[in-house]
Amino acid sequence: MQLKRNPLIKNLLGNYEFYLMLLPVIAYFIIFKYIPMYGVLIAFKDFNIFKGIWNSDWVGLEVFREVFRDKTFWRALTNTLRLNLLSLIVNFPAPIILALLMNEIRAEKFKRVVQSISYMPHFISWVILYGIMLTFLNKNTGLINVFLKNIGLEQINFLTEKKWWIIVYLGSAIWKEVGWSTIIYLAALTSIDPTLYEAAIVDGAGRFRCMWHVTLPGIKSTIIIMLILRVGQTMSIGFEQPFLLGNAKVMDIAEVLSTYIYKMGIINARFSFTTAVGLFQSVVNFILLFIVNSVARALGEQDLWGGKKIEG
Amino acid sequence: MKGNTRKNWFNVFNYTLMILLSIIFLYPIVYTFSVSFSDAGSILAGKVILLPKNFNVEAYKAVLSDKKNLTALWFTVRLTVFGVALSLIMTTLAAYPLSRKNLKGAGIVLGFIVFTMYFDGGLIPNYILLKNLNLLNKMGALIFPRAISPFLMIIMMTYFRGIPKEPEEAAVIDGCSNIGAFLRIILPVSTPIYGTLAVYYAVSYWNTFFEALLYIQESTKFTLQLRLYQVLNVVGDSILSHMDVASSRVIITENMKAATVVITIVPIICVYPALQKYFVKGATLGAIKG
Repeated sequence: MQLKRNPLIKNLLGNYEFYLMLLPVIAYFIIFKYIPMYGVLIAFKDFNIFKGIWNSDWVGLEVFREVFRDKTFWRALTNTLRLNLLSLIVNFPAPIILALLMNEIRAEKFKRVVQSISYMPHFISWVILYGIMLTFLNKNTGLINVFLKNIGLEQINFLTEKKWWIIVYLGSAIWKEVGWSTIIYLAALTSIDPTLYEAAIVDGAGRFRCMWHVTLPGIKSTIIIMLILRVGQTMSIGFEQPFLLGNAKVMDIAEVLSTYIYKMGIINARFSFTTAVGLFQSVVNFILLFIVNSVARALGEQDLWGGKKIEG
Repeated sequence: MKGNTRKNWFNVFNYTLMILLSIIFLYPIVYTFSVSFSDAGSILAGKVILLPKNFNVEAYKAVLSDKKNLTALWFTVRLTVFGVALSLIMTTLAAYPLSRKNLKGAGIVLGFIVFTMYFDGGLIPNYILLKNLNLLNKMGALIFPRAISPFLMIIMMTYFRGIPKEPEEAAVIDGCSNIGAFLRIILPVSTPIYGTLAVYYAVSYWNTFFEALLYIQESTKFTLQLRLYQVLNVVGDSILSHMDVASSRVIITENMKAATVVITIVPIICVYPALQKYFVKGATLGAIKG
């Protein structure tokens, strides 16, 4: 009786259904998310599938030494960094520019239609996009090459020439994601105080000076947070795009960490080796995230946690 | 006067650019549709530019008479239906309790879930887990590892928090259980969020490729995306050597490839209007949280 009057116990008893609902959820996350995290231990072990994760022998950092001695690992790492750096230069600013231009459109209906169209490629899977690209870029039957042939130019094998491969890689990523990525910037744009524009116009600022002095500063913190998050992904690269676009002729530039892990891990069954590669990736990402975040804070910009505080 | 001219030029440039971009976003899709309805000769001669030449549905007949394509289509439909059902139930089980701000421990559970958005075990530990659970080559391998999206769970939780509390509290005082109150009061006003999440989950299950490549080897359990990949790489790819390559002897023409693409893409285009009704809100919220 005494127990039931205790407010804490009363609260727990009154809410027992909620706790019951959460039970399968917690079990789910333990089994499918936390157990694999524990599985990372095999990066420090000589994993033997029959012995299991726990009973395999510890080897300390031996697996990492093996990874760093492997030339193909360094090739995959360099390629990952190259593609990520290029897409930071080309693909990162693209949605910002597009959002600024969309923001200048006064015809609301027209703007909405353009926005809806630009979001659509995001929902098209890489396999489908790869299929579409093949019909466009095929050496003999692709539309672009048929056109080149008709005007008397040489046909180009876009997916097997290294220079063109990189352009196709970056271009297809822009096509797929640029519209979708504007959403976050367009949302930030709506939160700019309209009186700032009025004041700027009174001061004689034209459209471009408004854009430069009001709009850009208004979304600066969003840009910086997106940049921090992006740098924190420097070592990561999606699997599907490089895997699908890649082929034997461009392997020297197209083999990236994600496809490398897939081939070494799943096809060659080198479990400890690839888990070590994956762990190395996460650790470097984490360090980079920490560094850029500190730099942003030191420069007096909003950092990740500052951004979170404002939202909550 | 000078400022005005400049402004007008900018407008002309901006509207033209937007129209041009819209065409660039749409044209590849339209072109693929047209190729799928054209005959192989016209495609090879480069006559298909915008609309189909010598309109016919031969490519579709060929694609749909291939039993492997039908198997993949049927498997993917089932995967999507079961996946969405399980995901919606599991996401609700997480989102509804966590939407109660006065629930003791809710913050800890939320942190426990959000943590998995940033850290995961990686490819091989996940693979070993599914192997140990005996899920390889089973539909479950394509559903369970992503049954709950923390991102969509947060969106649902935020929606629940926005519903006025009074009707629900009144029902509980009148002797209704918490779960009863959820079913009678909350669920009926939550159709928009269920619609949105269903579509999001459905797109993700429908587009399953990587997971299928990892966990499925029996061709009866290929997803449509994996089958499409096989059709596109019909020449035979060494990576897929462990897969069934018997089909590589069949000649697959450009219009048949395009038809397979169209069959895979049509469901997405059909749900797109529903999708885009809510996604801007969801994506913004997620981006801020993430």
